[in-house]
This record gives sequence, C-alpha cells and structure tokens, in this order.
Amino acid sequence: MTLDLGQELKDDFPILSHKVRGVSDLVYLDSAATSQKPKVVIAAESNFYTSTNATVHRSGHELGELASAAYEAARENIARFVGIEPGNLIFTKNATEGINLVAYAVLNATLLAKSGDKRYNKLAIGAEDSIVITEMEHHANIVPWQHLAQVTGARLEYLKVDESGRLDIDESKFSKSTKIVAITHQSNVLGSVTDVAKIVRFANKVGAMVVLDACQSVPHFNVDFKLLGVSAAAWSGHKMLGPTGVGCLYLNDELLGELPPFLLGGNMIENVTYESSTFRSDNAKFEAGTMNIAQVVGLSAAVDYLKNVGMNVIHEHVRELTGAALKGMLSMPGIRILGPTDLTDREGLVSFEVDGVHPHDVSQFLDSKGVAVRAGHHCAWPLHRKLGAVASSRASFYLYNTKEDVDVFLAALDQIRDYFKVA
Amino acid sequence: MNLDSLYQEIILDHYKKPLGSGLQDNFSGEAFHVNTSCGDEVTVRVLLDGNQILNMTHEGVGCSISRASASVLHALTKEETTETFHVLLDNFVDLMHSQGKVVPDEEVLGDAAAFAGVSKYPARVKCALLPWMAMKDAIEGAGNE
Repeated sequence: MTLDLGQELKDDFPILSHKVRGVSDLVYLDSAATSQKPKVVIAAESNFYTSTNATVHRSGHELGELASAAYEAARENIARFVGIEPGNLIFTKNATEGINLVAYAVLNATLLAKSGDKRYNKLAIGAEDSIVITEMEHHANIVPWQHLAQVTGARLEYLKVDESGRLDIDESKFSKSTKIVAITHQSNVLGSVTDVAKIVRFANKVGAMVVLDACQSVPHFNVDFKLLGVSAAAWSGHKMLGPTGVGCLYLNDELLGELPPFLLGGNMIENVTYESSTFRSDNAKFEAGTMNIAQVVGLSAAVDYLKNVGMNVIHEHVRELTGAALKGMLSMPGIRILGPTDLTDREGLVSFEVDGVHPHDVSQFLDSKGVAVRAGHHCAWPLHRKLGAVASSRASFYLYNTKEDVDVFLAALDQIRDYFKVA
Repeated sequence: MNLDSLYQEIILDHYKKPLGSGLQDNFSGEAFHVNTSCGDEVTVRVLLDGNQILNMTHEGVGCSISRASASVLHALTKEETTETFHVLLDNFVDLMHSQGKVVPDEEVLGDAAAFAGVSKYPARVKCALLPWMAMKDAIEGAGNE
C-alpha cells in the first residue's frame, strides 16, 4: 500500500510529533486558522538571520546587497506562484492589513479629491456610491468597508448566502453606483468557493473594482489573479506554510498607479522637504518602513515547498480528506454541518454544531483526544447569526493531514454527545 | 490532564439544570456581557435591598462552563450581602488565575470550588468568569457599591 500524502510529508513538520497534554498524538485540524511550518521554512528564516541579515534597499554594504537580493527574489517567486508580476506584489503584515490598505487608500483618495486634487476624482467615493460585499465575509473583509462606508456616506450592500451555504451572485446588486466589490474566494466558515469569474464579469460591466480575500484559496489550489481578472487580492503567508507576520497584496497596474499610499514614512518616498513630500510610483509606495524581510524569505521557501509537492496534488488530497470527514459526519446523529454538504464548489474545511454541546466544549473534548479544532465564530459573527448559530466548531485540513487523522477526529466526535450526556 | 477534572459532575449538573435561569422582571441592576472570542453572552439581573442581594437571575447562551458558572453564582449569592459577593468574587478570580495550583476553599466557595479544574485551561477561564463579571457590573449599575 502506498503512503498517503500526509504520511509522506509528516516528518517535514517537526511540530506534528507534539504530544497533546503530554499524552495524545497531535491531530492538527486548524490549518484554516494557521498552518504548521515545514523544516525548510524554519531554516530559511533562520538562515537569513545567520548569513544575510541587513535592511533592504538602503545599504550599500555587501549584506545590504544580499538581503535586498533575497527579498526581491522572494517577491518574484511568490508573485509567479499566483500568476502576477513581481512589481504588482506588495508585502504587508497580514491579509487584514492588505484589505485595510485598499480601503484606507480609497478613503485617502476621497479626501484628496475633496481637497481639489483632480487625480483622485475617479477613485473617490461618496453618498451616491455603493460597496458590495457578501454575507460570508471574514470580519477583515467587512469591518474596513463598513468604516469606509460610514465615513464617506457610501452604501454597503450584501450578496446573500443561499440555503445550501453558497453565494447567490445577484446581478441586481451591481449598478453604475457600485465602486467596490469585496469578496472572499473561499469562505472560512462554509468552505464554499466563490465564482470569481462571474463576480468580475458583473463588476466589469459597471466599472467597479474587485477586491478578493484569497486567504483560504491560495494555500489550497492553483490561483492566477491575472486570469481571474480581479483588481486586488489579499492573502496571508502563515496559512500557506509561511511564517506569521507576512501577508501579500496584489494590485493590478491600474490600482498600483492610482491608489494613494496608506502608510507614510521611510522607503516609500520620492522626495521629502520640510514642507511636503512626493511618493514612489511603484509598489514601494505601499511598503513604508522596514519590512518583515526574514519572513518574506521564509514565505518564499514555503512557496517552493508547495510547488515541489504540487498544488494539484495538495488540492486533491485535501478534497479527499474533506469528503471523508463530511461523509462520516453526515452519518452521525446530532451533527449539523454549516455550509454545503457535498464537494461541489466547496473545499478544505468543515464547520459544524453538535446538538446540545457548545462548540467550546466540543473543542475541549476533541483536545483531550489530541484533536485540535477551532471553536468560536471564526471572525464571521454576522454569518453565524444568520445561520442561527452562536458559534461553531471547525475542522480544517491541509497537505500534512492523513486519512487516519480524519478517522481519529470522527471517532472522537462520535463520543462527545455521550460524554456530555445529551445523546 | 484528565478532562473530568474540568467537567466535574457538579458543573455538568448545573449546566443541564441551571438555577436562576430566566430573567426576573423586578430588578435593581442589570448587565450584559459578551465573550468576544466566541460570541457567548449572558445577561444578569440583580434585585437588591440596600446591600442585601435578594435574587440574581441570568439568561444567555454559552458553553457548559459559563452556563454552570451563572447557575452556581445564583445559588451562592441568594440572600447574601454585596460585601459577601465581593469576597466570593475575589476568591473565585484568584482561583481562576491559579493555573491549577490553588486548592479551593469549599467552605467559602461551595459549588464554585468545582471550577478549580478550569484554571488549568487558560482559554476557558473567561467562560467561568463571564457571569461573575456581569453580576459585578449589575450590582455597580444598581448604585449600591
């Protein structure tokens, strides 16, 4: 019998040999929150500090050159991985910062246009405009737009999630007043995948920009932002085997040129006098101050690792595990799955409720068996309210998980209602 | 660590048959608290006569720990003074922050002593404290400090 992918890769991830509470083998099913890191990523970050550490784009000394070269090589590698040019990739501290960067840059454009700077008239938004988001967004893709709507007077509209847990892409929400459409590529609660091409088609008809939250998609399947035709996309490094502290933002040429900067300071300027400043016109405009250089280098090693395994292989493996989990859970009494119960347009994670047992208690019980799942509203509180759930538990799968992990999870899940005497 | 040290029989009993559940119409102070990390919420109402707690009732959604904690709190504070509540609160907060290293005083804490195991699970301490903090605010809101 051949090993499954998870068994093959397990030794690359030192943390997977952790004993939970000193006794149980770890079954890590919380990769949608953050993924574990292979040795090569940990080594890449460490090697950067031991052999090439210096700040980038500032120093003429040799280490400065080596650090700049490593940083830009990483940018190139990460950009190609998602089908874009390195010049269109901006590093942030996380996906949340990437989305905020776009929202605040639009707000800055609005303020600059009001002050008479005609260059920003096109981007400026006001009371006659609308921002369209969806009911299944993470707080990171709701709150910044709520704020932008509040301070500019723009209308915030929601695309609905249907009964099956999939997005209802209602074209009537798109109008000439729509300026921004911000959507998730894959729901971090429901697992449902958005038909981005359809969104882009409707948005293009009305001239709106499309901002994509790609946190759950880039780690799991081949994503090509140019092909998708989105205007901007934000994702995090730590969910794709990379270090924490580094996120990515794609801006297409138009936005890269037109958006005013968000954070101001060192490195992003063209010229500074006591009276005023001008800014860089390339992606450096959005990278103020010293960046997370070692983490960017670590993320590039993560991309290499993912490429070596193969995104299609990872995708298939995770689909298999998700399918096995869904199947097992559907046959269990007292389990309610949030989101689609089949694998059509749905990936990598399963959120659920256990009848009579609170998600905190569910995750605590699973933890006692070594199984790490997330409990809570998963930063999607409005969606949970809509689904009539205070919170939920979520099992999410990745390349290092095995079929056996799913079996351990299902066996533990099956005991919970007995333990809490609600069966 | 044994899961049963967290989910003591007393806690599960209170969870299944909570005391003081359902809000009283007649009250002197009220507070609503949310655990922002999970969305659990509790509303606590207190009926006071001077510094005398006549009754504490609660309503909310939450895990076994937070619901049982509210139930225990109802029983512990019935017809006690607000001063006694604060003594209990200090005692309970100390226990929750003890990381399992303190032996609870059952004489003082009664059923609340069963929550000692919670202190070994930092993520759950907030659950146990939720109704206690709401009750503290409800009493303060009643202007009877």
